Amino acid sequence: MIQKAMPTSRRTILKTLGGAAAVAAAGPSLFNVARAQAAPIKIGFPVPLTGPFGTEANDQVKAAQIAVKQFNDAGGFEGRMAELLVRDDRLNPGEAATRTLELIEKDKVNFLVGSLSAAVQLSINNVAKERGVIFNSISQSDAINEAKDWSKYTFHEALNPHITAGAVGRYAFSKFGKKVAFLTADYAYGHEMVRGFKRAGEGMGIEVLADVRHPIGASDYSAFLPRIQALKPDVLVLCNFGRDQVVSIKQATEFGLKRTTKLVAPVLLFTARKAGGDSFEGVVGGSSYYWRLEDKVASAKAFNDAFRAANGGAVPSDYGALGYAGVRSVLAAVAAARSTDTDRVIEAMRALKYDWYKGPQYYRGCDHQSVQSVLILESKHKDMKNADDVFSIAAVEEPDEAKLRTCAEMGHKA
Amino acid sequence: MMAFPPELLAMQLVTGLALGAVYVLLAIGLSLIFGMLTVVNFAHGAFFMVGAYMGVFLYGLTGNFLVSLVVVPLAVGGIGLVVERFLVRPLYGRGIDYPLLLTFGLSYVFIEVVRILFGLNGLPFSPPEMLQGAVDIGIGYFPLYRLFLIAATAVVVLALWLFIERTAFGLVIRAGARDPEIVRVLGIDVSKIWLVVFGIGTGIAGLSGVLAAPLQGVAPEMGVPILAEAFVVTVVGGMGSLVGAVIAGLLVGVVVAMTSLFAPEMAKVSIFALMALVLLVRPRGLMGRAGLMG
Amino acid sequence: MTVLDPPQSTARRWLGHVARHRVAATLGFLVLFPLIVPYEALAANILVLGLYALGFNLLFGYTGLLSFGHAAFLGSGAYGCGIALVHFGVGWFGAILIGTALATLVAAVIGFLAIRTRGIYFAMVTLALSMCVYYAFYQMEPLTGGENGLRGVNLQTIGVFGFQLSFLNPTVKYYVLLAFVGVAIWLFSRLLASPFGAVLEAVRENENRARACGYDVAATKLVAFVISGAFCGLAGALNALHLSIVPIETLHYTTSGQVVMMALLGGMGTFFGPFVGAATFLLLQDVLSVLTQHWQLYVGIVFILFVLFFPRGIWGSLLDRFGPR
Repeated sequence: MIQKAMPTSRRTILKTLGGAAAVAAAGPSLFNVARAQAAPIKIGFPVPLTGPFGTEANDQVKAAQIAVKQFNDAGGFEGRMAELLVRDDRLNPGEAATRTLELIEKDKVNFLVGSLSAAVQLSINNVAKERGVIFNSISQSDAINEAKDWSKYTFHEALNPHITAGAVGRYAFSKFGKKVAFLTADYAYGHEMVRGFKRAGEGMGIEVLADVRHPIGASDYSAFLPRIQALKPDVLVLCNFGRDQVVSIKQATEFGLKRTTKLVAPVLLFTARKAGGDSFEGVVGGSSYYWRLEDKVASAKAFNDAFRAANGGAVPSDYGALGYAGVRSVLAAVAAARSTDTDRVIEAMRALKYDWYKGPQYYRGCDHQSVQSVLILESKHKDMKNADDVFSIAAVEEPDEAKLRTCAEMGHKA
Repeated sequence: MMAFPPELLAMQLVTGLALGAVYVLLAIGLSLIFGMLTVVNFAHGAFFMVGAYMGVFLYGLTGNFLVSLVVVPLAVGGIGLVVERFLVRPLYGRGIDYPLLLTFGLSYVFIEVVRILFGLNGLPFSPPEMLQGAVDIGIGYFPLYRLFLIAATAVVVLALWLFIERTAFGLVIRAGARDPEIVRVLGIDVSKIWLVVFGIGTGIAGLSGVLAAPLQGVAPEMGVPILAEAFVVTVVGGMGSLVGAVIAGLLVGVVVAMTSLFAPEMAKVSIFALMALVLLVRPRGLMGRAGLMG
Repeated sequence: MTVLDPPQSTARRWLGHVARHRVAATLGFLVLFPLIVPYEALAANILVLGLYALGFNLLFGYTGLLSFGHAAFLGSGAYGCGIALVHFGVGWFGAILIGTALATLVAAVIGFLAIRTRGIYFAMVTLALSMCVYYAFYQMEPLTGGENGLRGVNLQTIGVFGFQLSFLNPTVKYYVLLAFVGVAIWLFSRLLASPFGAVLEAVRENENRARACGYDVAATKLVAFVISGAFCGLAGALNALHLSIVPIETLHYTTSGQVVMMALLGGMGTFFGPFVGAATFLLLQDVLSVLTQHWQLYVGIVFILFVLFFPRGIWGSLLDRFGPR
């Protein structure tokens, strides 16, 4: 790590001088000792606070702060408190790379957790791995765990498109029919989702009628719909995200597609459902988390309660919750390793068997992908307990390493 | 190339016209402002977004879509009047760069204010009950609201045309677009005309926001991608030409619809390719006049 | 700035010195720059995007052509450099040259097509063609990484005249980049001082008169366009090395819009303006976005105030007030 390579850099000297000045001002030497020992454990947290995923990103920050608070309330690690350094990456990989450089070079963070887009996480990962800093990614991508991008410093807390699409496909194709059409955002995330669905459908004898690829961020989907409507598929899979998903589901509903076809989304976002309103009725999709999991899982209840208490009764969203898990894993590994040394924390993270908020999880050895459950959700519009009760949990696919692509397929040796 | 049945092609054409309707509305506002004031209004998308939010907000209060359709253009046009009077007016005669930077800054402000007032996440919005559902138009089912959109656009375009071609004020506007000096010599206060034109242009942007809200719901960023598309339409039609904006809007709509069918991933780039092609053949757009902007 | 404190005559003399020794002054400033910026990566961003704005300014400020397509040159420079390094194992110096050459080529093609349109239509043709470039790189996924962007433009160390320098060290990286930017600034200054620079200004001030004087206006514009593209391409190549990735956003029209804003903010048609604009723009964004989530509101307000009260941009306004007569 950089700090070690330059033990007496200009900054260290400045810091020491600054510390001395502060002591001189404060008077009692008590502060001096306390401060020298309790250098905080810094976690850099780049997320897109502004822009179209601002709601999720803010949720991620709130959730991550809970993990930090719990760690600190429990006394930290040998008196060292955790500290979250939040940065706005503006959903732009270039800005994310700059912010990551800032966090590593100027703020000297110990670890990085964050990101909310495939391109951004790959950018942060590239900068972090070159400099030997652990990065725990909390958004979806297949590429980040493949040998080409992955490094031993790379961890992936979120689900990935292959796992999510597989689980949703196995559920949807068996239940709603085998004639399938895709409406896919034309970028890696969308293509990875389609690949996952097709793989899941291979053994089930599905027939792919069309894979229509729309430009990402299209403002209108009506022009893609008549063709899909004419094909009369049993299932229409919408492999897109965020506002793309809201608008495409809304317009598919408008075109009357729901009369003949079940709408399925690999990732059904809590926030998108709220922005989309009634047009989501009956839509089925996957998720890493939904707050009603608390009815069955104790850790979910505990996490929700902590989140509610800190945020005026609001419940955490799916991607928000990942902020909690991502930070908690790193801090738990610090405690287990009894060290903040990168290599020892990596070992500890690899050895974690954890249940932070959704049931048992662990990182797969060869690529550090978190093996975890997938929830199958259905959007609901009656019998709602409150305004946040927007999904029913239709099924849960339990964690199973066999559902992941094999290590060999990802380009890893073991 | 894949073969598609004729009903599907016809359906695609209608879809394209409905798409084009929104482009037309945005482009006539842009074109009007540019043609008269030579202001490239980068905040046009933000006015569109503000209109959409206002429409949703008013609908929530009154439960009547018609109220939104009438009040929002007036309110957004009112904001436009204030913007012209206090922000754009000091910049006349300084070239196109300054209003461009100013309106760019203004769009940031509008988007952020809406985020503060209504939150980062978008809001859902559906067409009013009587315009919901799909109707059989002979070649298949088509959303009723989109048919309404085509009709509404036709009404707005016709009204604007009558206003400009058949009223005394319209005459002054046309004269002002040709030669502001002469109009000034005739004793007419040009700045008042420009004020009104800016108000009308932004008012139409607000109206198109209300009309587009039921199609996609509302979000603070909704005006950003559509601004680029509206610019393309305006330029293809010829900056400052209303007829050009209408033709180009429908043309772009149909081109997008057809590429969506034959090469869907190219739907977005197709409009830029179209613009490049048109401008390389006709350097001032389809109906652009010589003299405007050098 | 302290420039405002002394009496006007002193300030004018000071600015006069700066204007006469503009290359030395700019370089001197940039050498000390990392010391006053919050962190090196941001300083490097300003350096690289300042060069991007400088290249853009040749066309916009000195020739009077407003392009909305300069992202195409920044982007081709970045991708050219990155792809050469990642996929073809070219050395870092060669990769920079390849990136710059690719951008120059793209500029020649776009310039050739666009130069016959004028005014706002010129802006729109460049926008349209640059979006076609964006789309082409977007689709060439095996080479460019598509929407995920190109990763792995990684340099651990670079060899300079037999010395191995750690490129991961932010300070080393900044000064290596500065060496390239410095050469570019020197070239740029020589270009402006040359007869060609005078022809450019003649074209900007009055195209017809320039034509009447026997200058080939179209050829002049095209050459300016291509040179401008080459500078922006170099900026792109350096950016790829700096960030170790090439995001597809580099090619997007928003990146073209950004450079227009930076040039206007700093003062178009002035030598320092682009760097002042890039620094103001990026510093403002960087500092505000840490302080408040609503940073866009303040950036927007700053833009509006600048247009209304400092229409010649920051550096241009300083020159107006204190500049040499």
